Amino acid sequence: MSAGALPATAVPAEPRGAWRHRMADRGIDRTLWLLLPAVIFVVALFVYPFLYGLSLSLTPNAGDTGIFSNYAKFFADSYYSSTIWLTLRLAIPATLFNTLASVPFAYWMRGRFPGKRAVTTMLVVPITLGTVLTAEGLLNFLGNAGWLNRFLMLIHVIDAPLKLTYNYWGVFLSLILSGFPFAFLLILSYTSGIDPTLERAASTLGASPWQRFMRITLPLLAPGLATTFSLAFVMAFSVFPSAMMLGNPHGEEHVIAIAAYEQAYTYYNYNYASAIAMVMGAVELLVIAAVQALRRTFYIGTTGGKGA
Amino acid sequence: MSSISVSDPGVESVKPGRRTPRIVATPTQWVVWGGVIAFMIFLMGTVGSVLVNSFGRTWFNSWWPQGFTTQWYGDAWTQFNLSQVFLVTLEVTGAVLLISLLIGVPASYVLARKNFPGKGLLNLLFLLPIMVPPITYGIPLATALYRFGLAGNMSGVILANLVPSVPFVIMTMTPFMEQLDPSLENAARMCGAGTGVIFRRILMPLLVPGMLAAGILVLVRTVGMFELTFLTSGNSSQTIVVALFNSMNAAGIRAQQSVDAMAVMYMLMMLVILLVALKFVNPTQLVARVKESPQD
Repeated sequence: MSAGALPATAVPAEPRGAWRHRMADRGIDRTLWLLLPAVIFVVALFVYPFLYGLSLSLTPNAGDTGIFSNYAKFFADSYYSSTIWLTLRLAIPATLFNTLASVPFAYWMRGRFPGKRAVTTMLVVPITLGTVLTAEGLLNFLGNAGWLNRFLMLIHVIDAPLKLTYNYWGVFLSLILSGFPFAFLLILSYTSGIDPTLERAASTLGASPWQRFMRITLPLLAPGLATTFSLAFVMAFSVFPSAMMLGNPHGEEHVIAIAAYEQAYTYYNYNYASAIAMVMGAVELLVIAAVQALRRTFYIGTTGGKGA
Repeated sequence: MSSISVSDPGVESVKPGRRTPRIVATPTQWVVWGGVIAFMIFLMGTVGSVLVNSFGRTWFNSWWPQGFTTQWYGDAWTQFNLSQVFLVTLEVTGAVLLISLLIGVPASYVLARKNFPGKGLLNLLFLLPIMVPPITYGIPLATALYRFGLAGNMSGVILANLVPSVPFVIMTMTPFMEQLDPSLENAARMCGAGTGVIFRRILMPLLVPGMLAAGILVLVRTVGMFELTFLTSGNSSQTIVVALFNSMNAAGIRAQQSVDAMAVMYMLMMLVILLVALKFVNPTQLVARVKESPQD
């Protein structure tokens, strides 16, 4: 814009510059372009498939009518609707055990001590090995002629081998072997985030160890417990390889992930499979929402420590 | 119970004179140690029985196999076409690693430095793929990828594995980026450097440790990722975990020992990666993004 331009032409130029300025004030400038690849990625590979799956799940198959026919079929067929219960029956006890059992360990290990890194490294091993390998190992270890049954029979704890594979207990144990380290490491990060001086103060005021734990540590830990439970539950709820290998995938361990998988890859019924996947997501979110609601009833605030 | 307060490491650290906690077994510690030992027995038993079986000749109803051999390793290598499987694993992980860093690092720069409308929503969108279990979104994702002819081959496996990896890079890199002093960038800008130059000359060198950590975490997760690869891979695009699962579930024509031999190879590979990873990251980081104090 030359200085000699008429005011009439200068006026439209000015708001444009000002507009860019105003946007920049609100944080919108050219650096936002750096976000573009990530946004394209998340829309194309996460949002779009999700919406596509949702629309598939609402598409009736040949012979069915109504947009909810796939969902209606799921809840009408007890072989399928029971998968929700069969999955929760595995996931909730396993997650509860993993989360609650982690607390004393993490409480005890929250400080610094020699060998802490060695212990945490040891715990990371089953997570690194993954569910497939854990299941394979447990099949050998827990089997009728496996080392565990042999040992228990040797020391005369049992007379006949315990049946621990191809049933509930096999899957349950595999959920603990891979889920416990996960829950423990999370809880550990929360317990080390609690300021130790709070407990010392309570101790000075005459609180017993039990009182200190119940009145100081536990309330401060509650949000961490809720988060850990949620994350560990997500993992346990999508139990798939271990249920296939260590359970009875067409009977008692016919979990919801297997149901969705067999519809998609055995019967090629993608509409039904998508509906099952949506039910799976919904049930899971319901459980997490319930846990978070429960958490609200506890103390909310700072833990005063370094982490969290 | 009173001795807890003495042996408790948290309280212990007040006294400068003593470093190591006193070894006094209280009931709590009995329980804790019992738990640790039971867990270790299960872990050792699980890993050990795979290891022993992979070297065993025949192992039926006894403590140890009758004789040992290494033949299963050769068998497994040819039977399961492991040279191809390892090559696929390497290619998939390499591609996922590279692409997720390329997409994730610039995004985390913006998320760490800028405030803009819709940032909360975007953060949620990046968090969701980590929070939702792979099977739930994997089935619609695989269906969509098959529709475009992208699944059943390497491209599908790579695309599917990017879904949790990119958000993971963003989640790891954003806090790392936040702790870099923005005045360095501002100074460079004052001296006339453009965004490109700032990225290359100022940020990149500072970001190397963070990218190394994020990259190694993506590596561990991608090699171990079963569900997404399983749902999107075809015969010639299986990674080692999927090949392992398929050979275990296949009818019993194959000797269990050669499956276990493959499992041992997978285990060794993971342990090597884990050892490398632990040079750069804290064990806890393999599980979730947690800020830990540096002295731990």
